[in-house]
Amino acid sequence: MTEITTEKARIGAPSAQPFINGFTEEGESLSPINAAASKAPLAGEAVKRHSHGGGVGVPDSSRAGRLTSYKLADFKPLTGLEEDWRFTPLKRLRGLHSEVLKGAAPSVTVSGPEQVTVETVSRDDKRIGSAGIPEDRVSANAWENFSEATVLTIPAEFEAGTEINVVITGQDTVAAAQHLVIVAQKFSKSVVVLDHQGSAVVSENIEIVVEDGADLTVVSLQEWNDDAVHASSQQAKIGRDAKLKHVVVSLGGDLVRVTPSARFTAPGGEAEMLGLYFADAGQHLEQRLFVDHAVANCTSNVLYKGALQGRNAHAVWVGDVLIRKEAEGTDSYEANRNLLLTDGARADSVPNLEIETGLIKGAGHASATGRLDDEHLFYLMARGIPEDVARRLVVRGFLHEIIQQIKVPALEERLTDAVERELAVTNN
Amino acid sequence: MSTLEIKDLHVSIDTEQGTKEILKGVSLTIKTGQTHAIMGPNGSGKSTLASTIAGHPRYNVTSGTITLDGEDVLAMSVDERARAGLFLAMQYPVEVPGVSMTNFLRTAKTAIDGEAPKLRTWTKEVKDAMAQLRIDADFAQRNVNEGFSGGEKKRVEILQLELFKPKFAILDETDSGLDVDALKVVSEGVNRAHETGNMGTLLITHYTRILRYIKPDFVHVFVDGQVVEEGGPELADRLEEEGYDRYATGAGAATIAASQA
Ligand SMILES: Nc1ncnc2c1ncn2[C@@H]1O[C@H](COP(=O)(O)OP(=O)(O)OP(=O)(O)O)[C@@H](O)[C@H]1O
Ligand SMILES: [Mg+2]
Repeated sequence: MTEITTEKARIGAPSAQPFINGFTEEGESLSPINAAASKAPLAGEAVKRHSHGGGVGVPDSSRAGRLTSYKLADFKPLTGLEEDWRFTPLKRLRGLHSEVLKGAAPSVTVSGPEQVTVETVSRDDKRIGSAGIPEDRVSANAWENFSEATVLTIPAEFEAGTEINVVITGQDTVAAAQHLVIVAQKFSKSVVVLDHQGSAVVSENIEIVVEDGADLTVVSLQEWNDDAVHASSQQAKIGRDAKLKHVVVSLGGDLVRVTPSARFTAPGGEAEMLGLYFADAGQHLEQRLFVDHAVANCTSNVLYKGALQGRNAHAVWVGDVLIRKEAEGTDSYEANRNLLLTDGARADSVPNLEIETGLIKGAGHASATGRLDDEHLFYLMARGIPEDVARRLVVRGFLHEIIQQIKVPALEERLTDAVERELAVTNN
Repeated sequence: MSTLEIKDLHVSIDTEQGTKEILKGVSLTIKTGQTHAIMGPNGSGKSTLASTIAGHPRYNVTSGTITLDGEDVLAMSVDERARAGLFLAMQYPVEVPGVSMTNFLRTAKTAIDGEAPKLRTWTKEVKDAMAQLRIDADFAQRNVNEGFSGGEKKRVEILQLELFKPKFAILDETDSGLDVDALKVVSEGVNRAHETGNMGTLLITHYTRILRYIKPDFVHVFVDGQVVEEGGPELADRLEEEGYDRYATGAGAATIAASQA
């Protein structure tokens, strides 16, 4: 891969500096003082009724200052000029941002160990709002419009031997709202696979509660039909010594926009956020993630990789990592890599690292978008490997790094096959 | 017994300044069992000749022919040439991210042989060949050439030479960037491949140093895209003493001493 752009930064161990010298890359936002910095990310019940965040004097560029609210009315209608919507083709949202979402929510079918409880609950269930609060208009629209939610509970200390499969199947393309809550209780260990398929136009809010000591893997798979439009806010609250591995795999759909966030609420938490996407001609696959280091001694590691091929294949990756003043001892790294397989494809990649304390173990980011390099192909072909095989070898290798790290054997095979299918689709 | 025949080869490249002719009529015949050394100053077109034989798309053959046992090499794609038995050990092997050496070697071997090698014997063969070239076993898990030092890359080229068993090996400055120990190890690898009796070698070099370990049957002196003198091994010794100066053909000619060994 020829590196077209690359940024790398690694900040060394404790330094008393309030900001770090040398961070001048585009997209960097280092505010030494932030008015909203001491606000905890979620305040439980209380926040359900009030909007908070935002406020006067908080710079727009700081992730801490973003408006969050359960009320749609608090969010202005979208123009496309908003920082978090500037890459999204609004007219392809098919009303998710502008209409009442009255379509039927995609069906939810759960299979897995019987100890895991699955409930369908109404809007006033007390678990709703326990990990999430909308951060944009499309998410708020879903919050305002969903009629019932699915709550999945992995009981305390239960170690699931097999995956919990949540198949979310869209039936039609009437704009709809969906709500899911996943609660991994204390010291439980499990893997939840959210398997999105069918045709849908849906805005989805997924709340993920990782209680103290729990170890949860959530894999959100988007293998929608070509006509699907999907906005998914997946917000996780991570407890003491808890671990979340969050994986986003976006392959199918016309427009898929996933906004995962991980918020640490107690020390010792760990978030591993992985992503894999393969954008074909005309597809818009967007991922904007947020890691909120609001407490001390937590670790986050982000790696998203994507391949793009065909005219107007578009991928967007924005990674906001906020290390607040309180978050001493943080260790954080985020990276995004894109591989452009043909002309006419476009990848936007923006890492944002905000650091409000110098007392951290490390923080860094990297972003690179490259082309399938003719010299790589020449090298492989000069060893007798036919061109199509050589291309696949390179792309497969590139994406396999993510598949390997998911560590769910059943998924590994399925995703490897899915990547093969994507590769077979075009003239490769 | 095979023959690689290059006849009156003219090659040009497209540059921003327009078309530039680099090879100006090169003729060369190599047979199985022979080792030909091509020596010449920087920029004389040695790598151009090697890359053209391998089929790099950058180089345009404007006239002349290359044949392998009478088959038109120029009509073959890059991978077809390799499968026909041509191997180029590159001057600057590229790094291929995401593709492990193991996977790469097996895929290439399968392509060249037309069938997958038997896993058990293949694994052992790779392991033994790596050991002989003093390549650490963990290189098999690493991505192709990624993070390898210059010397390591050259050893890995020779590893492939030994594993793929080509009819003709073109070694483009395999000696450059190697210390004496590595040079010996790499030369031994080439000699082992040669001793099978099924390979011909075109050894491209700037220095005479490697010729102490790999004995050429013929030496061709390359200046400004042409062979200006040919002879036996004794020609290399003369170059060692006199350099390329006496071949200087005017303003454009390179004037770099050959002997630095
Ligand atoms: N990409 C290029 N753009 C412009 N000129 C080129 C390019 N590649 C090769 N050349 C020119 O072609 C000529 C021959 O280059 P080549 O690499 O074949 O020489 P060489 O004999 O292998 O040199 P060296 O001993 O340095 O490896 C040189 O004058 C070189 O500058
Ligand atoms: Mg050269």
